[in-house]
Amino acid sequence: MPKRFLSLWFCHLTTDRMAIRQPELRGKPFVLAGNERGRAIVQASSREAFARGIRPGRAVADARAIFPDLLIFPDRPGWGKRLLCRLAEWCLRYTPVSAADPPSGLMLDISGCPHLWGGESAYMKDLVSALEGKGYRVRAAIADTIGAAWALARYGEQGSIAGVGGQQEALLPMPPAALRLESRTLEGLEKLGFRQIQQFIDLPAATLRRRFGEGLLLRLGQALGREEEAFQPVQPRVPYEEQLPCLEPIRTAKGIEIALQKLLDALCQRLSREGKGLRKAVFKGLRVDGKTVEITIGTGRASHNPAHLFRLFALKIPLLEPALGIELFSLEGLLVEKVQLPQEQLWHRSGDPAAVAELLDRIGAKLGSGRMHRFLPQERHWPEHSVRPSRSLDEKPDTDWPDSVRPLHLLPVPEPITVMVPLPDYPPVHFKHKGKLVRVARADGPERIEQEWWLQTGPPRDYYCVEDTEGGRYWLFRLGLYGKGEPQWFLHGYFS
Amino acid sequence: MKGNSDKMDRLRQLKQEIMALEGYLPQKGQQPDSRLQLGPLHAAFSGGAFPLAANHEFISHTPSEAASTQGFLAVLLGMLLQKGGFCLWLGVRPQVFPPALKRFGVAPERVVFVNVPREKDLLWSLEQALSCEALVAVVGEIRELGFSESQRLQLAVERSRVTGFVHRHQPRSLHALACATRWKVAPGPTPMSTCMPGLGFPVWRVGLIKVRNGRPGDWQLQWDGQGFQEVFREEKRQAITQNRRNYA
Repeated sequence: MPKRFLSLWFCHLTTDRMAIRQPELRGKPFVLAGNERGRAIVQASSREAFARGIRPGRAVADARAIFPDLLIFPDRPGWGKRLLCRLAEWCLRYTPVSAADPPSGLMLDISGCPHLWGGESAYMKDLVSALEGKGYRVRAAIADTIGAAWALARYGEQGSIAGVGGQQEALLPMPPAALRLESRTLEGLEKLGFRQIQQFIDLPAATLRRRFGEGLLLRLGQALGREEEAFQPVQPRVPYEEQLPCLEPIRTAKGIEIALQKLLDALCQRLSREGKGLRKAVFKGLRVDGKTVEITIGTGRASHNPAHLFRLFALKIPLLEPALGIELFSLEGLLVEKVQLPQEQLWHRSGDPAAVAELLDRIGAKLGSGRMHRFLPQERHWPEHSVRPSRSLDEKPDTDWPDSVRPLHLLPVPEPITVMVPLPDYPPVHFKHKGKLVRVARADGPERIEQEWWLQTGPPRDYYCVEDTEGGRYWLFRLGLYGKGEPQWFLHGYFS
Repeated sequence: MKGNSDKMDRLRQLKQEIMALEGYLPQKGQQPDSRLQLGPLHAAFSGGAFPLAANHEFISHTPSEAASTQGFLAVLLGMLLQKGGFCLWLGVRPQVFPPALKRFGVAPERVVFVNVPREKDLLWSLEQALSCEALVAVVGEIRELGFSESQRLQLAVERSRVTGFVHRHQPRSLHALACATRWKVAPGPTPMSTCMPGLGFPVWRVGLIKVRNGRPGDWQLQWDGQGFQEVFREEKRQAITQNRRNYA
């Protein structure tokens, strides 16, 4: 299928936007000015100012001398580009692929879209009148290539459409500037008297390359469709996406649930055909007022079970604010992975990891992921570093769990204690923790635990397991050695 | 007279059925579970079987008692997880150091820890977990639990037949809950009879304060990695050895 492109040119993008925001400026001549080389230069002029001959690039002082009542506002650099991106997002209701085309245009890939509006001219008319209704003055054109559409929008008649394969004919009477050439090339063409494209389009390629460089040939080829041109859409296409447009704006939770159910069924059917499942998905609603609301879910393992995914989304539906109503729903799979096929388990009824994963997803969806931990051993010396969180339910430990005696309740931060020790390297006779004196009846140790030599920064720890007269068991350690400064003692855990 | 004894038989049968439904006895046609080997504790339960599809409440006051309770729980989990499966350990903050579970026969990677900062969310997650049939057991470290909340947990357990353990550390009030048992586990001193220096096997003073359809009791138990053994107090031990000598 041949590609079709629509180019939009906003003749006074930033000034139109200002007039929309501040209606009192409508119909008045005003300019946006910025500093260049120490002089105030007009960056953009409103329709009225433009009609009076104030073009961008003029010095503000000159303009003010001619029109003393000219209004001048400061220009914000980068504002125009941000505005274009927002407009490109707005255009997503006309085509899924739209891109900003700085400094003042949009480029839409409309292949396969116009028939929904009843033809290309009706499509363009609808788009242009919607934008003009907002208050922008735009020129639009449709052609087979990006280059031709760009040229027609700026140098052709308003609303011109080049038929399929008709771009060469349409380009012939245009000036060379319509090819998006560099100013140096344009000057060279001007010097040689090439005022229209038809004057040089048939010249041999070698001649053109010798005189004007590769740039001219590339641009000419792009406009005629001989060369490919890259296109960077404002929203990248998501490979796993379903959309559901609504006849009437949806405002109720029940309506949102029905839309979500439909989208999930469609997407999950496709995913299960391909043997894939969702790890992360976003459910978006495009509202009547142009804003987008969305909820995101993540799963612990890839899933294409619509009932399970629906339950995860259902916990968050109250967060969607429909305001005046949602026009378009979309469901995107941001992260899609291969599904591990469930194995038949013959001997135990319980322990199905998929069901456990679904439970954890539900808890994670409500409380936020990062609350569930499954631990695996890690080959590190210090007890607090000897475990690491695992990534999935199926991950197996890569080393054995250590056999050494460890307390069941390990304090997250060791708590300082004061001790009475009869001899160095002996366990304490009693210790005081939080103002409570504990007498030691029995003890084991010491067990010296150092940091790994490539990390070592401090003194080693000597651990003692001690039991008080009641039977309570504690894990104490001494940080440092007697004879080398004053060692400190800490309580690090409780044995059961 | 014959009609009367028939009635009594029928009543007993109905009682058994109700208890099976409530999770205190294995259901009809099912073999009694042989995973739990609790030694001297079995005598306390009706029918000699630890109620599996039920909630059990554990009370602790000091950090040492909390650690002992967790140790006792870990032993029960280790027996329940013998045939594979997963177990959930929910709490407000991380409590258990996973490598220590190995000593009690639990593969630490089979336990999933969930930390829920708010008690209200913790109750919700506990109910969700208890109604998930794929789990073997669920431990909830929750401080306050109301009666109606415990009833909800009991309903979830009756449907899914998961074993639930509720560990309440320093609870404000000890009112009745819809739980099958209430336990208090405290650490016990290493028995003096072992002439070895240092610390011995974990010793717990296990108190079964409440048990439905059973007999409460007190035991001093030692876990040696294989099973529970009763540790006798010194005077009792001496009396027993004295008796032996007299008979010899």
